[in-house]
Amino acid sequence: MRWYLKALGTRKIVEFIVLVLFVIFFLGPLLNLAILAFTGKWSYPDVLPHQWSMKWWTFVFKQEDIAKSIGLSFMIAAIVTGLSILICIPAAYAFARIRFPLSKFFLFSFLLTHAFPKMGLYVSIAVLFYKLGLMNTLLGVVLIHMINVLMFMTWIPTAAFRNVHKAQEESARDVGAGPFRVFLKITLPMALPGIIVASIFTFLNSLDEAQGTFLVGIPNYKTMPIVMYSIISDYPAYAGAVFSIILTAPTIILLLAAKRFVSADVMSSGFQLK
Amino acid sequence: MEIQLSVQQLSKRYHTGEGVTGISLDVRKGELVTLLGPSGCGKTTVLRSIGGFLEPDSGEILIEGTSVLKSPPEKRPTSMVFQGYNLWPHMTVFDNLAFGLKIRKMKKEDIRKAVGEALQLVRLPGSENKHPGELSGGQQQRVALARSLLLKPAVLLLDEPFSALDAKLRHEMREELRDIQAQTGLTMVFVTHDQEEALSISDRIVVMNHGNIEQIASPQEIYDEPNTLFVAQFIGKMNFLKGVISEGQVTVGKLRFPNSNRLSGGVRLAIRPEDVIMNGHEEESLPGVIKQIMVLGHYAEVSIQVPEHGVIRAFQPRDAVKALHSGDPVRVSFKKVLTYPEV
Repeated sequence: MRWYLKALGTRKIVEFIVLVLFVIFFLGPLLNLAILAFTGKWSYPDVLPHQWSMKWWTFVFKQEDIAKSIGLSFMIAAIVTGLSILICIPAAYAFARIRFPLSKFFLFSFLLTHAFPKMGLYVSIAVLFYKLGLMNTLLGVVLIHMINVLMFMTWIPTAAFRNVHKAQEESARDVGAGPFRVFLKITLPMALPGIIVASIFTFLNSLDEAQGTFLVGIPNYKTMPIVMYSIISDYPAYAGAVFSIILTAPTIILLLAAKRFVSADVMSSGFQLK
Repeated sequence: MEIQLSVQQLSKRYHTGEGVTGISLDVRKGELVTLLGPSGCGKTTVLRSIGGFLEPDSGEILIEGTSVLKSPPEKRPTSMVFQGYNLWPHMTVFDNLAFGLKIRKMKKEDIRKAVGEALQLVRLPGSENKHPGELSGGQQQRVALARSLLLKPAVLLLDEPFSALDAKLRHEMREELRDIQAQTGLTMVFVTHDQEEALSISDRIVVMNHGNIEQIASPQEIYDEPNTLFVAQFIGKMNFLKGVISEGQVTVGKLRFPNSNRLSGGVRLAIRPEDVIMNGHEEESLPGVIKQIMVLGHYAEVSIQVPEHGVIRAFQPRDAVKALHSGDPVRVSFKKVLTYPEV
């Protein structure tokens, strides 16, 4: 045994241990969640449940406000994503292509919403929303969600547009395409991976948003994360586990679907302030 | 011969102070004219103005007798091959080439045929379905060239199209471009900072410096008779000596040359290394000592230290330097001398 370890070398052994810890750290809770969600009976010292069951799934789906919250969450996330694409993509293109004074400053200012403790920001926004009559409205919830994603939705597409070289746009003009056709056929398709990544990020972020929604949307707009708070406090952990899986599933499905586009450099290039 | 492109009194200033002033140039039909100069001399400014990517401050650009200044790039009868990033990576080679033809509403079968022929011409037949990412740098530039050729432009503009390629490939591409030009009879304006490239492919060369034209002439003439000191310095290898005018002649040490350019005061003499003669007559030569001999294939470069005049380089046949060693005394004289006013 010792000769084997020696042959492997300390480096390999340390790497292996780190990998194992990493896997336990990340996958352990998820595995536990999955087991909990399908548990019928499980008493403390046992490693696995005595009885498997789907009863918590039927329980969760029977709760009327839960089913409603799932629909609401997805609807809000879709609206938020759509609106931020409409607003942020043209802005990103402007940041990437047009030289205007203080452009760097404006781009950097998107970081501001992430610079303060969220709750403080939300409370001050809530005061404003109250005056404007936006409390407890769909628009209010959507706006709160958009504030969160403004930075990613502008930064990542800006980098994506910057990566489209001027010569590539110019050669399209050169062969006879007008500015609008160049944008539609050349620039936009080339920047699409970045835009998709940012949109997925926005969608997931909105799906997951709880604090702001809690402040602005209650009682009419209870999204999945809000309902989850009450489930965790009012029902056994099994129900919470089922609900977590429902909340996690879209993330995993979307990320798998967009695997082709999501890469570390698409994300990171958004954070290089050039 | 018919004038295909005429640039008249073109001026453009950038806020950095760089730019071009009073550029006038006529390009004949079927001619390959090169704009040559160091970076920042304004050659790309001229090319981009012709292509419509820059709006000049003043001047006129005529193509086949018609002003194109008011037209955007997509409406001009020109096509440009850029230094790099010509192709669209999300499209296949076929789609890259067909893009412009589709805009021109060409029939599908005609497009397929034309694309096939264009790829044949740039020696990439059958690569329609590849993506630009699967091609090497040289192949990408060929596709870009094919795309421009397909549009049958009145003037083809080339902005340092081979500068990102390695030396050997660059050489091949030059030859191919020349072939394509012979086959298609296209009028081309080529921008480069590489004098060897300019000398090898051009019908005429426009040497530019600091936003002005220094000389327009054939490669041979540019090499043999540089108009200005700048051209003499920029093109090929050259020795420079300081001389004075005395008794109506240009004088360097014991050497005397006719003052054909009617200069006065300080004179700068320029001598090509191949025009340096070693071991001339005592009366008509400068004394020196061999500093170094470098054999460069079929010829040798001999550096000679000449007191008061610095180092003079001479190209000699390889056999002629066999008996020579560094430290040997030599006497140098010159077959041909160019004279310029001292700046």
